[in-house]
Amino acid sequence: MTKPEGEYTWKDLEVGAIVTEPGNAAQYKTGDWRSQKPTYDFAKCIKCGLCQIYCPEGCVVQNDEGCFEADMFYCKGCGICARECPTRVITMVEEEE
Amino acid sequence: MVKKVGIEVSVAIGEAVRLANADVVAAYPITPQTHIVEHLAELVADGDLDAAYIPVESEHSAMSACLGSAAAGARTFTATAGQGLELMHEVLYVASSMRLPVVMAVANRALSSPLSVWGDHSDVMAVRDTGWIQIFTENGQEVVDNVLCAFKIAEDRKVLLPVMIHLDGFHLSHVIEPIVFPEQEAVDKFLPINNFPFALHPAKPVTMGDFAPPIIYPEAKWAQEVNLRASKEVILRTWQEFGQAFGRHYSPVESYKTEGARVLLLTMGSFSETAMTVIDKLQGEGRKVGLVRLRLWRPFPFEELRQAVKGAETLIVVDRALSFGGPGGPVCSEVRSALYGQDKKPKVVSFVAGLGGRDITPAGFETIINRGIAIAQKGSANEFEIFGVRGADAEL
Repeated sequence: MTKPEGEYTWKDLEVGAIVTEPGNAAQYKTGDWRSQKPTYDFAKCIKCGLCQIYCPEGCVVQNDEGCFEADMFYCKGCGICARECPTRVITMVEEEE
Repeated sequence: MVKKVGIEVSVAIGEAVRLANADVVAAYPITPQTHIVEHLAELVADGDLDAAYIPVESEHSAMSACLGSAAAGARTFTATAGQGLELMHEVLYVASSMRLPVVMAVANRALSSPLSVWGDHSDVMAVRDTGWIQIFTENGQEVVDNVLCAFKIAEDRKVLLPVMIHLDGFHLSHVIEPIVFPEQEAVDKFLPINNFPFALHPAKPVTMGDFAPPIIYPEAKWAQEVNLRASKEVILRTWQEFGQAFGRHYSPVESYKTEGARVLLLTMGSFSETAMTVIDKLQGEGRKVGLVRLRLWRPFPFEELRQAVKGAETLIVVDRALSFGGPGGPVCSEVRSALYGQDKKPKVVSFVAGLGGRDITPAGFETIINRGIAIAQKGSANEFEIFGVRGADAEL
């Protein structure tokens, strides 16, 4: 989107509120839904990628060290990665924001 | 040569869809709509209509298939009735919200239970607020004409909304009437090819029916409301163009012998023709009674209605549906609302009659008019009166 959603008047919307710009869901911050966030003890990480496979948001990416980490712009704090991690790298803690 | 043929109205609708050269028909058969889609299936199977006929497993799927085909830019038709319309319900909102120009004939039918396949307007009223343009018809010719108009209205770049054409189940759908069919060439001239501006295409991807959080949803709904109201201009223009091309004229509110009438009856659908014969009889007896027929149900024709009834002292509205525990007749409720703020307005009396295919005979309309006048003079403790129900009439 060329401007924040809150600045669109009803006249600015496309017919039927269709979205003509593909892929703009990437701009939607789902990270602010979070009540818990993952924390990492990367010393235990075996880089298996299971957390990435299980993440329902698809927001887990590999960092420079090759360890897997959630992108906090999208992470909803569901905790599935923490449950699935075979070496217990991930601990969910209260989101303090 | 223009053809005038004796034909069942349901079959005539199929012929109108053929003349409109529809690309896709997705429908599920249900009484009393069945003959419409049977004839269309036959036309497609015989190669008389070059369209895809999608036999679906339910009305929910029928309307869903229609969404897809309309979104792909195909001229799309379906038909249903009663329970079928109810099963489509949630998808009806999606069609209008996504601004997809689907055309649907509804052979109006009562709702269960008890099970009734016969006609009334319960199904129409339940989908009143789904955002579709809705037009009532009174005879077979009007259905054929308005199916052709419906495609032109729906597909207009300024409208892009789905349109329902209402016809009374059995009383209209199953009768054989003399109907004039326009020539193909004239229809092609009247109805240009569908040019849906947002047709789905891999080279130009769009997202339809996307997610709208509170920050954008109200803007989307207001845009839809403004658009539906504005569609009236195109509806009026289309009826005018149709009149010029084919010599039959339609308007949102139609008046019958209302000049000088102090009492007006207001009806919708095929019963209006019965009501006309009653008006003829009563005027013959010197009584100042006229008839107003509501053709355009959505968008509601506020101004035309106010004009049509402004000289009358009493307005008697006959609904064919019940708003349970509410104001009685849904149409009367809206008529009252439309007139409430007017300084000079008739007394409005609400009757509900003709439920589940029960006839309203000429004598019945006469009784309704006489009772309506009495209620207007004496007043009533009731929000509305039910007519023709054994055991309930006595209280009037």
